[in-house]
Amino acid sequence: MTLLISSLTIGCILSLLAFGVLITFRLFHFPDITAEGSIAFGASIAAILIVSGVSPLIACAAAFLGGMAAGMTTGLIHTRFKINGLLSGILVTTALYSINLHVMGRSNIPLLFETTLNTKIEALAKWMSGDVESIFLLGWDVAVKDLANLIFYFLLIALTGWLIYLFFRTQLGTAMRAAGDNADMVRALGVHEGNMIIIGLALSNGLIALAGALLAQYQGFADVQMGIGMLVWGLASVIIGEALVGSIQLGYRLAGAVMGSLLFRLLVALALRWGLNPNDLKLITAVFVFIALILPGLLRRIDWKKEKTVHA
Amino acid sequence: MLDIRNVSKMFNPGTTNQVRALAHIDLHIDSGEFVVVIGTNGSGKSTLLNAVAGTFPVDEGQIFIAGQDVTKKPEYARAGLIGRVFQDPFRGTAPNMSIAENLALASRRGKSRGMNWALKQDVTEAVIEKVKSLNIGLEDRIDNLMGSLSGGQRQSLTLLMATWLKPALLLLDEHTAALDPKSGERVIKLTEEIVERDRLTTLMVTHSMHQAANIGDRLIMMYKGRIIHDFQGAEKKRLRVDDLLDRFEQVRREEQLDESAAELLEKRYV
Repeated sequence: MTLLISSLTIGCILSLLAFGVLITFRLFHFPDITAEGSIAFGASIAAILIVSGVSPLIACAAAFLGGMAAGMTTGLIHTRFKINGLLSGILVTTALYSINLHVMGRSNIPLLFETTLNTKIEALAKWMSGDVESIFLLGWDVAVKDLANLIFYFLLIALTGWLIYLFFRTQLGTAMRAAGDNADMVRALGVHEGNMIIIGLALSNGLIALAGALLAQYQGFADVQMGIGMLVWGLASVIIGEALVGSIQLGYRLAGAVMGSLLFRLLVALALRWGLNPNDLKLITAVFVFIALILPGLLRRIDWKKEKTVHA
Repeated sequence: MLDIRNVSKMFNPGTTNQVRALAHIDLHIDSGEFVVVIGTNGSGKSTLLNAVAGTFPVDEGQIFIAGQDVTKKPEYARAGLIGRVFQDPFRGTAPNMSIAENLALASRRGKSRGMNWALKQDVTEAVIEKVKSLNIGLEDRIDNLMGSLSGGQRQSLTLLMATWLKPALLLLDEHTAALDPKSGERVIKLTEEIVERDRLTTLMVTHSMHQAANIGDRLIMMYKGRIIHDFQGAEKKRLRVDDLLDRFEQVRREEQLDESAAELLEKRYV
């Protein structure tokens, strides 16, 4: 049960990553590898601030801003200097690796004995439940602090998703979506397409860095390596989500990203429990995303072949 | 309203594919004029339109729209002055956004875009009214995705979008060429209605001799990057499709085009 709840909690936190990937990859068709750098960047910023005694809330805000700066840098490199999008992301991510080491001063920072967002949540839960250690839920003993974390992160994700949804319905937000959908059109309507991409990348990486900050606090450490493979994990969540909701409308896509992220974490936890070698996790995820990306085209080809045989 | 002074444009300079697309073009269009541009493939008619729209910088010369020098301005910075409809009906609208959202984007052409709702009550009402004026029954479907519409419907909506805020200059780039004849006819009729109603200064490129002869109050014929004829006023009104063909024939003889190219022209235009 603890395993289930903790994987769902991580799923909630990584929904922020899925939101970020959704914005860059689905709205702007931009495979933004900066995600891998900015998730560790967010974790590094939050960890060093928390260790130096700053409030965890301020640490999270700082991580968000740091991620935005990283995304903006990728956007500037891509739009102002006309460097390929993927390469722009790789440049920033590579640079961030050194920056993260400088920020933390070493390759990882443990947060187990610091005042983090989680210790605050747990203290609040303890106070609200009147010192109950665990409650009986659906036939299992559930630790109150685990449940409190899950509820808190779920509410946070719901709120963030709602805010993103609202943002993309503003004048600026619709212009950003249109820039990703039809660049010729937005230019003809007086929108600077490059600036829209920059804002999109900033928002995306801000969210991803926030995911990093929350993840570091939840798992109790920040590590300079924690970003590796994150883009593909985010993509997997987005793709699972799309399969679940089957709609390209933004509200559904955002809800789908959360569902995808939760389901993906659950599947990972189950697979590991059933004896999957953790070293194979990234390989399997990569294969999964590859299949999910080629599947629509493959299905179309099969349909087409069927049609041909019918006509023949 | 539009002033083009000595504008030239060379594509692929210094290579074997070097093309002189515009050669010292001078053109003045008065406010409210409806100018049709015609020419063979490679005559520079679309290049002229794109130069005005700012798709690429010109090599020399100056372009003024409504008294403003826009020569150095990029495309998006000119958009406040220009309404534009592309040849490809899919280029003017965003397929994965709703009809209402597309029109709402156009309602702020060239203006700043902030944190106000894109589809405020008054904008939505205006969108419904605009779409209703098309009389194609789309007003009940404004929340549908643009991508679900036909090319003709999308081109009609693009025209609405380009003219929602009255542009100083309306640019139409063979905007019916990719449509079936019936939809093309409808879009042309709508174009004439809107241009007439709002007295828009219009520059329309066309491939169709028929449109060139019957629409607008001035006709410009281009050839190899130059303006070779400029029919205005009564002369334009008298112009028939046959006259235009004669003119092309004349050009052909003058330039000693080979017979096969002329055949191609005839096939294309007759």
